[in-house]
Parts: sequence; C-alpha cells; structure tokens
Amino acid sequence: MLIAKRSFLFLLAATMLVGCAGKQPLLYQWGSYEDQIYAMYSDTGKVSIEEQLNNLEHDYQVARADDKPVPPGFHAQVGYLYFQLGKVDQALHSFETEKTLFPESTIYMDRLIARIKLNKGQNVYNH
Amino acid sequence: MFITINRISLLAFFLLLTGCVATQKDIDYTAYRQSKPRSILVLPPLNNSPDIRATYSFLSTVTKPLAEAGYYVFPVALVDQTFRENGLLNPGEMHQVPLDKLREIFGADATLYITVTQYGSSYLILSSEVRVTANAKLVDNRNGQLLWQGMATATDEGNNNGGGLVGALLSALIKQVISNVGDPGHVVARKTSNRLLKASPNGLLYGPRSPLYEVN
Repeated sequence: MLIAKRSFLFLLAATMLVGCAGKQPLLYQWGSYEDQIYAMYSDTGKVSIEEQLNNLEHDYQVARADDKPVPPGFHAQVGYLYFQLGKVDQALHSFETEKTLFPESTIYMDRLIARIKLNKGQNVYNH
Repeated sequence: MFITINRISLLAFFLLLTGCVATQKDIDYTAYRQSKPRSILVLPPLNNSPDIRATYSFLSTVTKPLAEAGYYVFPVALVDQTFRENGLLNPGEMHQVPLDKLREIFGADATLYITVTQYGSSYLILSSEVRVTANAKLVDNRNGQLLWQGMATATDEGNNNGGGLVGALLSALIKQVISNVGDPGHVVARKTSNRLLKASPNGLLYGPRSPLYEVN
C-alpha cells in the first residue's frame, strides 16, 4: 500500500514534468525564414536579395525532403523577393502558391496579384 | 528511504503544480472563443524603448509562436511594405488604420497590436542586463472587440558570479561592449515574443491549424 502510494506520486510528478516541459512537434519547417526577415531590416544591403532567395530556396528543399510544410508567409516572402528582382512571373507563381497552401491569405494575395498584373513590366516597388 | 522519496515526489508534485497553474488569474475568453479567428495580421510593433532596432527586431520573431499556435500569420515584411507603399512609414501611423480598411486590404480575421516597452541592455555597474518587454492586444477585425491582451518580459539571465568585484566589473563591461556590436536584444526579443505569443494558459488560445485547437 505504501509502495503503491509512493509509485503513484512518483508517476504523477513524472507525468506533470512531461506535461510541462514536453514539446509538441512543430507544425512547420522553419529554416531561416525569420532570420532572413531580421537580416532584411537589421543590415540592409548586407544580405543581397539573391542570397535571401537562395537561402529560402534551400529551406524549401529541406522542408520537402523532410515532408514538412513551410510556414505561413514563406511563399509570399519569396514572391516579394522575386518581385524586387523584376521576376514577375515567379512572383505571381509564389503568391498563387501561398494562396493555395493558406486560403486565409486569398484576399491579400489576390490584391497583390491584380496589382502586379496591372503594372506588369514595371517595377512598382522602386527598390 | 521510502519516506524520503515519497516526500521528494510530493514536493516535486507541488512545485510543478505551482509552476504550471498556480499563477493563473482568470481571463475572460468568451469573445475570443466566439470570434474563432483563423488568421492574424501583425502590425509592426510600436517602440517605446530608446533603441530604434526594437520594432523590426521584434517583428521578425512573431511569426513562429503564432503559426505554431495554429494561426495563419500574414507575411510580416510584405505587410510592412504594403503600408509603406500607401504612405504609412512608421508603426504609429500603421496602428491608426481603421479595422475595416485592414480587413478590406488583407482579409485578416484579427489584428495584433504590439508595443515594445523595453529593449536592450542597461549597465548596472556590477552586471549588465539585456531585457526585452512587450505587450500585445488581439482585436477582432469584424467588430473591433478586444479578444485578448497580455505582456511578457525576458532577459539574457547573464548574472556575473565569481571573479570578485574586479571580475564582475570587467565582465559587465565586456558584455556591454559585445552588446553594442551585435544586437543581443534580438536573442532576448525571441524569448519575449515566444512567452508573449505562444498558446498557453492566460495566453493565446490554439488556432484552427493546431491539432490542439478546441472546437466549441
């Protein structure tokens, strides 16, 4: 009886430990997405747009290999980088992909897509 | 021996109990549960600290905790750019945009307004501390109702132990110098952001993309 009680308490304590400190598996493969955004603002020009795209492309390959989704906003960010390089078709494709993966973004992505199509050929971001 | 283990277990149990739930005060989640937001638009944070890096340093840390909580998070840099193209160049102006306008442009269910109140290091003679503190409000874009608000703080927890007075002075100074080269505030901002924005008791509820989402 004493042993049973002791084991119970021990188990309870252990369970709570797991409950508190245990980690849920992440929903997304994060790669460097947030770091790229930080770098964009903190050292403007230090990481070129091409380099940022390469890093995100690498993240995407890793995510695919792990069969994990990339986070919300990832493809939209890629589209934004392509757009700054004047690669309009890739930008449109990325915004469409964001919309397909996350329908919550539909209104915003449609707005960006319409805007790009309207200005096709001109770089409206002035970067 | 049995009794010792028993006592340790009991103690551990109560410690954990305290750590997990005892600090809760009740927050009213009625409006939040009714609203069921799926997507969150995060505006570039207002910065009330003297460090101009705070806004974008903090902004770049918000996506992960919110997305892992189960929400769609709008692409923060592109959102910032959209405001800029519309002539709104600083967070103060962006925070003034009416909700119906935000809903029209972005189609977000809810908007998160963040204010950073402390960011960076203070030199305290015998130690230097890097601290980031922020508060946030989640607002329903359809009716302007406040769904949740909270605040969090974090530090680099680097206290100087050992080495005596001179050692402590020196290590505080070295840390201060290093702090000015990189931005240690950013590392702490990540911690603060995670504490503030992950789904937790008294914090945000899990969103629809999380397996822990509660359908009511």
